[in-house]
Amino acid sequence: MSATTTLTDRLQGRATVEDLVIVPLFSVAAALILGALIMLATGVDPGTIGRSFLALLRGSVGSLHAVSETLTAAAPLVLAGLGLALGFRAGLFNIGAEGQVVMGGLAAVVAGFSLTGTPAIIALPASLLAGALAGALYASIAGWLRAATGAHEVISTIMLNLISYRLLDYLLRTPFIQKEGRDDPISKSVPDAAELPRLLSFIDPNLRVHAGIFVVLLMVALAYWVLFRSKIGFEFRAAGENPVAARFAGMNASLTIILAMGFAGALAGLAGANQVLGVLDRATPGFSAGIGFDAIAVALLGRSHPVGVLFAGLLFGALEAGGRQMQVDAGVSIDLIGIIQALIIVFIAAPLLVRALFPIGFERRKPGGPAP
Amino acid sequence: MRSARDKAAHTRVTGVILLALAVFVAFFLVPGPGQLATFRLSRPTDTWAIGDLVVPGGPFVYAAAALLAFLGARQFLRGGARWRSLSLGIGLAVAVAAFLVWATAGKAFSLTGMLQATMVRAVPIALGGLAGVLSERVAVVNIGIEGMLLAGAFTGALVGSVLGGVPGLVAAVAVGGAFGFILAALVVTYRMDQIIAGVVINLFVLGLTSYVSSQVFQLHRDLNNAPVFRAIKVPVLGDIPVVGPMLFHQNIFVYGALIMAGVATYYLFHTRMGLRARAVGEHPRAADTLGIDVYRTRYVNVTVAGMVAGFGGAWFTLGSVGRFDEGMTGGRGFIGLAAMIFGRWHPVGALSAALVFGFADSLQQKLALLQTPIPSEFLAMAPYIATIIVVAGLVGRARAPAADGKPYVKE
Repeated sequence: MSATTTLTDRLQGRATVEDLVIVPLFSVAAALILGALIMLATGVDPGTIGRSFLALLRGSVGSLHAVSETLTAAAPLVLAGLGLALGFRAGLFNIGAEGQVVMGGLAAVVAGFSLTGTPAIIALPASLLAGALAGALYASIAGWLRAATGAHEVISTIMLNLISYRLLDYLLRTPFIQKEGRDDPISKSVPDAAELPRLLSFIDPNLRVHAGIFVVLLMVALAYWVLFRSKIGFEFRAAGENPVAARFAGMNASLTIILAMGFAGALAGLAGANQVLGVLDRATPGFSAGIGFDAIAVALLGRSHPVGVLFAGLLFGALEAGGRQMQVDAGVSIDLIGIIQALIIVFIAAPLLVRALFPIGFERRKPGGPAP
Repeated sequence: MRSARDKAAHTRVTGVILLALAVFVAFFLVPGPGQLATFRLSRPTDTWAIGDLVVPGGPFVYAAAALLAFLGARQFLRGGARWRSLSLGIGLAVAVAAFLVWATAGKAFSLTGMLQATMVRAVPIALGGLAGVLSERVAVVNIGIEGMLLAGAFTGALVGSVLGGVPGLVAAVAVGGAFGFILAALVVTYRMDQIIAGVVINLFVLGLTSYVSSQVFQLHRDLNNAPVFRAIKVPVLGDIPVVGPMLFHQNIFVYGALIMAGVATYYLFHTRMGLRARAVGEHPRAADTLGIDVYRTRYVNVTVAGMVAGFGGAWFTLGSVGRFDEGMTGGRGFIGLAAMIFGRWHPVGALSAALVFGFADSLQQKLALLQTPIPSEFLAMAPYIATIIVVAGLVGRARAPAADGKPYVKE
């Protein structure tokens, strides 16, 4: 039973309460404990470790500012995570969210500054759309290659990620995109009309949470609807669970793959657009900041379910925001958060390992079950 | 199986690629009239100096275009299909040569220096590719090579700073092996998805090494200042022009990569253990039935693969700068995976592919000196684009071990 649930089962959400609640809780706890051990090993004294965990909590949910930072950090993670979740459901392992975030963000910047002078009602949706489209097109390359030639999407999306970085470096130096009078690779700024407005600036201009969170909520609802209420979502899930059966049922496997990648890319592209239009206001090398990779973890943690992804994204956003506070308060590097995130995925993706580590709290494996 | 129709389609695609290259060379890579490209083959200090290679730019480029056009046209005629991969290989080499002549026209350029740099830059890619071959031959997909390289680089710098170069190297190999073992444990024993396990190893190592370098190395700089292995010149052989500096005047990492590729080939294809490993990769159920311990074989091979990657990682610190920087492997592990696919899961193939990537890498460096109008970013992209083309099966047939990526559950 749950001990034998395969990865596909878990990615596609056919899991028990145990898998949905207990494993994630244990995973987060185990990752935090191991994080503390790593701090000890690098000569951080126990007092500072305590303070850093307090700072982590305070920096993520301890104040209005902290919540604002958490939401700001979570928004792109949820968007890109939704995209990856859609792909997982269709049986596609898309490692390429990072590249799609880069292309989406860049397209949103270009659309933004090209539309200078237009009112916000046109500029903002057009820029967001440009981001989504660019991400979708970029992801579709891998989808098309998979459908037409069988090239595995893991390798092609990794390569597309690496290509996107070089392309970004190059494009940021082209006269059309580069900021006037600058020698370093940096794009022109997005005009105010194309920016996602800050929601709480009337309270304090430093509160960065922006209208992107509405885009996020909308997309969570849309992803849910697509996956569970639409014909195409049914085809995604069918293709992911049993490609052969799906083909015999008359579904067009190639089209499904390309569409699933396109959807995933659109969401990752929106994540990039969300970053540049809501937070950064321009594109620079490395503006994607690993969002696409963290999103893999978010999608896994959220069990590829839109609502799960929303919560997982919030957790990772909280870790991110809290990590910055930790760095300021306790002097512990924010890179620790990366370790904790990686450990969380290990435990989430290997429930057998969690079971081995924590014998209590789980139902016993049936005798004769697969050997660990 | 590929159908005859697919084959015909691929033959046509190859033809189109070659013809497009011919057009590109003939129209865009023509140097000014009468310009000569001078390639320096030896340095003044060399024992046996030989003269420069001087190529007339225009005639060479036109000849190259003609050859490309001939090869391309041949693909559309009967019989072209049989030599498809070979034609494409020759065609690409000719196109690169034309490119070099065009870039060098009117200037002088040290060919030997670039070949030496090619060799050096190929090392981490070759070792990453070799690690990929060793683990994928037992059907474990190893996306975590990038992380293993990074772990090796980090350990090499840390232990090398404290105990010296050789212990640093040993520690890097050991840590690489440890991550290989962890990967094996995650995917074999705990049956975690292989791709996720690899991604996790990458994320974990990146996080851990960045954390330690910002937490510890900033305060204790002496912990991040390792000695560098110098180049060793093989007597006599090292004095041969061109080949000598390339193959016989290098540091232990280059020699190590060459030897390991040879040893791995021997192991995989000429020993009983290697045969068993390949059986596990192709058909674990059958191997199990014959009494081969599938789990043990996977553990051993993936751990050894990790050790190879750890050695390759040490190149970044002990083989070049002696200092660790965050994320300094810069995607070389992924290119190693690409080299593995290019090399069709064969150690020597992976090494050759790594040389091609190393060449692109060093060419990209030298282009800045030659001041061509081509942005270096595009050259940096070339290996990745080439990889996508290879994975898409447009260049020859690349077949992974049959059970690659699949967990095995013993009954």
